[in-house]
Amino acid sequence: MATVELSEHERKLARGEAGPAAGLAMRVVAETAGWLGARRLLPIASAHIDGCLYHGDSGVEFARRLAGEGARVAVPTTLNVGALDLIHPERVRADPDRRAMIKAQMDAYVAMGCAPTWTCAPYQAGHRPAAGTDVAWGESNAVAFCNSVLGARTNRYGDFLDICCALTARAPDAGLHRPENRRARVVIETAALSSALRDADALYPALGAWLGAELGETVAVIDGLPANLAEDRLKALGAAAASEGAVGLFHVAGSTPEAPDVDAALGGLPPERTIALTPAMIRAARDALSTAAGDQLDAVALGSPHFSLLEFAAFERLRAGQRFAVPVYICTGRGVLAELEAAGGDEGMRAAGVVIVADTCVVVTPILPAGGGVVMTSSGKFAHYTPANTGYEVVYGGLADCVESAIKGSIERDEALWN
Amino acid sequence: MELAAHRVLLSGRAAGPLFRLKAPISFWGGVDPQSGAVVDPRHPDCGAQIAGTVLALPSAIGSSSSSAVMLELLRVGHAPVALLMGRIDAILALGVVVAREMGYGAIPVLEVDFDAIARLPADVSLSVDGSRILVS
Repeated sequence: MATVELSEHERKLARGEAGPAAGLAMRVVAETAGWLGARRLLPIASAHIDGCLYHGDSGVEFARRLAGEGARVAVPTTLNVGALDLIHPERVRADPDRRAMIKAQMDAYVAMGCAPTWTCAPYQAGHRPAAGTDVAWGESNAVAFCNSVLGARTNRYGDFLDICCALTARAPDAGLHRPENRRARVVIETAALSSALRDADALYPALGAWLGAELGETVAVIDGLPANLAEDRLKALGAAAASEGAVGLFHVAGSTPEAPDVDAALGGLPPERTIALTPAMIRAARDALSTAAGDQLDAVALGSPHFSLLEFAAFERLRAGQRFAVPVYICTGRGVLAELEAAGGDEGMRAAGVVIVADTCVVVTPILPAGGGVVMTSSGKFAHYTPANTGYEVVYGGLADCVESAIKGSIERDEALWN
Repeated sequence: MELAAHRVLLSGRAAGPLFRLKAPISFWGGVDPQSGAVVDPRHPDCGAQIAGTVLALPSAIGSSSSSAVMLELLRVGHAPVALLMGRIDAILALGVVVAREMGYGAIPVLEVDFDAIARLPADVSLSVDGSRILVS
């Protein structure tokens, strides 16, 4: 196994000279670095923590121990969702003991100096590291966005390693921190898809799901899409890709910073493979996002990753003042919610039957009504996790289809778009 | 008979019945952190128990929260006694390192030739000691 060369400062941290919590954190980072083949550690500029979500009491004990030993993050650090909506605690079904443990875990991360952003879209809550910057981010969609859309550099830092990196301001010099691992190996051609489909929001989660299932962690560049794609489309693509496979980085020619064109994304080398996407391949990926057939609809769930202000605006344009026949859950970050409320943008949609969920989301904690049924979503990530995590059947459709279906109370999909 | 590990991520001694997972698994969503049962309905070993076994897995996939599931399994005492992985996965091993630091106990984690493990007869027990894997 590669030996990691630690600096004098890093050795002092590991010996506990800056406190036991930083000592634990440095030992974990250094040990992991050895497994990953890193020869040294890199300084990082920021961190995003996914470890604040409750999976069991051990995660609470870990966070409490670090906080209790006086741990403080050494770089600016944001927090992903917890298992409670702190603004509307009644939204989550949990017994008092479990609720207390969830809250204790969230509190411990705040006590360590992390910003209580509680969002899986920290990049739309002001946390946007510059291109080329090394950072340590957790949560799969955040990682994919950070690498691909911002051009900052992170590996997929899992629970515990994320906070250990934040406490030490270090990450292993391996994987996607290294330029040679960031170039595309595979070219994805989209020219055979209709221009209407390439210009539809609904394409992007399906394209991401296909990418994740087909290529996993292999870096690809996608060619033939409209230039300067909207950030929310890239967000939807990355989230679906990272749910279906271990996608930490993708390039889109003409849209993402390391892909001004296909050749640049390939680093001037020939691709190992070129795949020409067909409408049938995309339809198959779209269909795999649904587990239910028929038109039964019990709820609509939107906002994974968390809805942006632009997504709320698009939703309101499509709703066009109408009321919903089934509950519509929209998950968002508290930062976006505050801006929405300040402009009064939440009132009409709440009156129409929208439940706005903040700080958490409907697939990580029990929010959807007990009993199950069929939920429709425009999110590839929700589509992936809904059946196992909520017990609901799921149908994927674009935002326009979701809004129309929620108004009618039964599933409607624009099939013509996908030919 | 004796096998040698390719790499030792976490060294230690352990013994138990071999359990080979038939497919890669995401511990988050795939293994119940309280009981050690495989619960992913799409996994071919759904319903099997990994607690107390020398767990051989071709590779891990999926959520980076799998380290949290590994830590919880060690805390409640329903973890495997050793992990033998065909392809190293830092996320599961990370859960073991944090368990060691938390005083929940650690288990050996080894990278192995998964084909050699796959050729072993069913119902064998394995003893792990450092980089050595004894078959009995």
